[in-house]
Amino acid sequence: MSAPTRQGGLTSTGTGGVGDSPQRPDANLKVRGEFAYSSDLWHEDMLWGATLRSPHPHARIRGLDTSAALAVPGVYAVLTHEDVPGENIYGLEHPDQPVLAADVVRYQGEPIAIVAADHPETARRAAARVRVDYEVLDPVTDAAAALRADAPVLHPHNPGGNLVRHARIRHGSGPLTADVVVTGEYTVGMQDQAFLGPESGMAVPAEDGGLDLYIATQWLHADRRQIARALGMDEEKVRLHLAGVGGAFGAREDLSMQVHACLLALRTGKPVKIVYGREESFFGHVHRHPAVLRYEHGATRDGDLVYVRASMILDGGAYASTTAAVTGNAATLGAGPYQAPTVEIDCYGVYTNNPPCGAMRGFGAVQACFAYESQMDKLAQALGMSPVDVRVRNAVEQGSVMPTGQVVDSAAPVGELLALVRDRPLPPERGATFDLRELPGGVSNTTHGEGVVRGVGYGVGIKNVAFSEGFDDYSTARVRLEVTGGEPVVSVHTAAAEVGQGLVTLKAQIARTELGVARVVILPSDTAVGSAGSSSASRQSYVTGGAVRAACERVRADVLALAGGAAAGLAGGKVVDGAGVVLADLVEVLGEAVVEHTVEWRHRPTEALDPVTGQGFAHVQYAFAAHRAVVDVDVELGLVRVVELACAQDVGRAMNPDAVVGQIQGGSAQGLGLAVMEEIQVVGGVVRNPSFTDYLIPTVLDMPPMPIDVLERADPHAPYGLRGVGEPPTLSSTPAIVAAIRAATGKALTRVPVRPEHIVGD
Amino acid sequence: MRVNIEINGERHTADDVWPGESLLYVLRERLGLPGSKNACEQGECGSCTVYLDDTPVCACLVAAGQAEGRSVRTVEGLGTEDELDPVQEAFVRTGAVQCGFCTPGLIVAAHELVHRSPDATDAEIREALAGNLCRCTGYEKILDAVRLAAKGVQR
Ligand code: FES
Ligand code: FES
Repeated sequence: MSAPTRQGGLTSTGTGGVGDSPQRPDANLKVRGEFAYSSDLWHEDMLWGATLRSPHPHARIRGLDTSAALAVPGVYAVLTHEDVPGENIYGLEHPDQPVLAADVVRYQGEPIAIVAADHPETARRAAARVRVDYEVLDPVTDAAAALRADAPVLHPHNPGGNLVRHARIRHGSGPLTADVVVTGEYTVGMQDQAFLGPESGMAVPAEDGGLDLYIATQWLHADRRQIARALGMDEEKVRLHLAGVGGAFGAREDLSMQVHACLLALRTGKPVKIVYGREESFFGHVHRHPAVLRYEHGATRDGDLVYVRASMILDGGAYASTTAAVTGNAATLGAGPYQAPTVEIDCYGVYTNNPPCGAMRGFGAVQACFAYESQMDKLAQALGMSPVDVRVRNAVEQGSVMPTGQVVDSAAPVGELLALVRDRPLPPERGATFDLRELPGGVSNTTHGEGVVRGVGYGVGIKNVAFSEGFDDYSTARVRLEVTGGEPVVSVHTAAAEVGQGLVTLKAQIARTELGVARVVILPSDTAVGSAGSSSASRQSYVTGGAVRAACERVRADVLALAGGAAAGLAGGKVVDGAGVVLADLVEVLGEAVVEHTVEWRHRPTEALDPVTGQGFAHVQYAFAAHRAVVDVDVELGLVRVVELACAQDVGRAMNPDAVVGQIQGGSAQGLGLAVMEEIQVVGGVVRNPSFTDYLIPTVLDMPPMPIDVLERADPHAPYGLRGVGEPPTLSSTPAIVAAIRAATGKALTRVPVRPEHIVGD
Repeated sequence: MRVNIEINGERHTADDVWPGESLLYVLRERLGLPGSKNACEQGECGSCTVYLDDTPVCACLVAAGQAEGRSVRTVEGLGTEDELDPVQEAFVRTGAVQCGFCTPGLIVAAHELVHRSPDATDAEIREALAGNLCRCTGYEKILDAVRLAAKGVQR
């Protein structure tokens, strides 16, 4: 069957290499509305899929009747768990989630039946006619209660009961007493990634009995592994092609409609497209783990940390997803970018009947950062020190030992980042004449300045880059150099997901730098080449960037051998000697030759944590960002306006300076959302606000100017010295803003997002 | 039902339209114009913004039948084969595009703004674009793009 209309290769031309900011090769298509996203796929013969989901967070399924749905004209198939030919179970780390629920549903929105029809509305209406006989059960909705001995066990096969993982860190043997002790309990609400491009894709049955799936995802090969298992099919027969991705932020790391579309396509013999609406999207992907974090920090009167103790509970919801890894992150990064001789951390990832939680930008480090940064402010206050001074005094630096025993073996300019944001001039105070839009409440006209108090706050965070704890983390790149149309052309083929971050630009920059060629073609990402790993954990520049560079190096070595003599490098389409003198034209040297290499590239290995002490070389790289937030708060109404959000971040090497700034600004904005507005409200396991009307993300009116300082302290272990960029700014933005609100209001504010009632209440 | 709409200067006819279909659905799924985006279909994100006659609207909130006999201009109709519209060009040049899902709607909204009010202040730009969500950029580079496009129009 023919392929749907879809995105082809992208051509990048010009001179932009590593360190430049060339235009994105997909930018023209995107501004013209011609870039083919996964929801834009179209096939003349296609059907539409729809999903019936459980309205209950916890129920037994006593019976299922699809006959009324099948009777709807225009319906081609109605499938339930009985129609899953392979194993009816999937999951990124722990397979524990049914493709379609069989006997029990564990969260509101769990898929039970799927329909294919000739119109999306027909499919939706038919799905609503599937009759399900539920025995409604009490949901387990409190993560701490889920760990009690008397709690119903949600996954009987899980050896830990409702415990997904307990990550335990024991470091140092100093006393757990100190002259100055501050304690606190902090709560983080459930945040949604809220990418704009909804979950969507199209499965097309193929003549060999397999299929092609065009899909927006973060990791094609992990999807393929799980899909093939559910379909009971060889992986080779399940071919995945990356369709245009409208943002990800972690929410596309798990499967959503992938297997469903494949099941319907195989059953009907037709291409099947599924596109979630926004409400369904809130049920279609995992969210950021809500967390309760108890901390105790002890320090000397001079402000040196003596010990840190923490106990955290992360609500993983109904299925494990990446809860185990998120738990590991929260624990290993739980003391923050600070040196403390003695650290005791216990972090529990738990099953409940709340919406499943997994990856979101920051991945466990966000929750911990809000708590430890709130603690650092509390400590500063107890000591009578400035918040920046107490942080700088305790900041990690290169050579410091982390609570895991791991030595920080590259730059860690935490103090410098804090100083950069502190030393920026403050935004001017509001003048005598001002625009209403400058005030909290804006054109709602709630104040003309009375009751408005300004506050300033700081935050700094630490994030691991790439996959950790011994994971075999690699990427694959195929690079080919040949003469096309009289010009040397490089093509780069990887399976890495471009999700908006700009990896397509970067791959072309690397090829240009390594091979000295102007024209680079970025081939569409698919499973015809080996895995690139996930577009998550701020890892693709590092790992796929590393793979592309390594493949280019092999290609270059072959070309230099072809040229022979004194050939030592490639530049500007020429073969040059060690001094840069042109020896020959690359076109002539290549002639008819096609030079191609495929390389699987790994970063240096990490280690699993010791299960008892949590010691080990768990993270390949650390990354740091610091924020200063300036806010105006209407202390009478509890309204907040962020006036400015400055950030300083060390990126090792700014591979593409414009894209780096774009990542920092976008990440900071998501942190602002968590600070003051974004929360999926779950009551009794039921989501109360699955819409953009009720789940608010920052608009351009909510976002302040964001001045950025970028430091480049190379990491000698990483390609080009680069450091992952995407996540760190999402960590420290939240606590900086909350600290600024505290400074303006004097309130304790131990929960995010901060709501008006927290500001005006007692 | 049958719906006749002039889109980007050309007459289009869609047959068998179910009355519940939005203008956005008809553009995207029946007329081969998927440039306008479907991020929420709830009137909250602006990714589906098109001109209906001369007014920017959320195409997801307009029933297809309401567009009967009227003219629609979408993101696909702003530039020419060879040239981007200056607003599109400004989005490319300033790095205002990441995933790009918000981009078509923002470009139509910004296009309307810079033509209506080329000397808009920052506060006015923010207010005009407050109905267009972007999850990737934090809006800084989008503001740069709109300022740049406005300068072009002023000239
Ligand atoms: S899709 Fe129309 S406003 Fe969101
Ligand atoms: S660029 Fe992704 S939503 Fe705006």
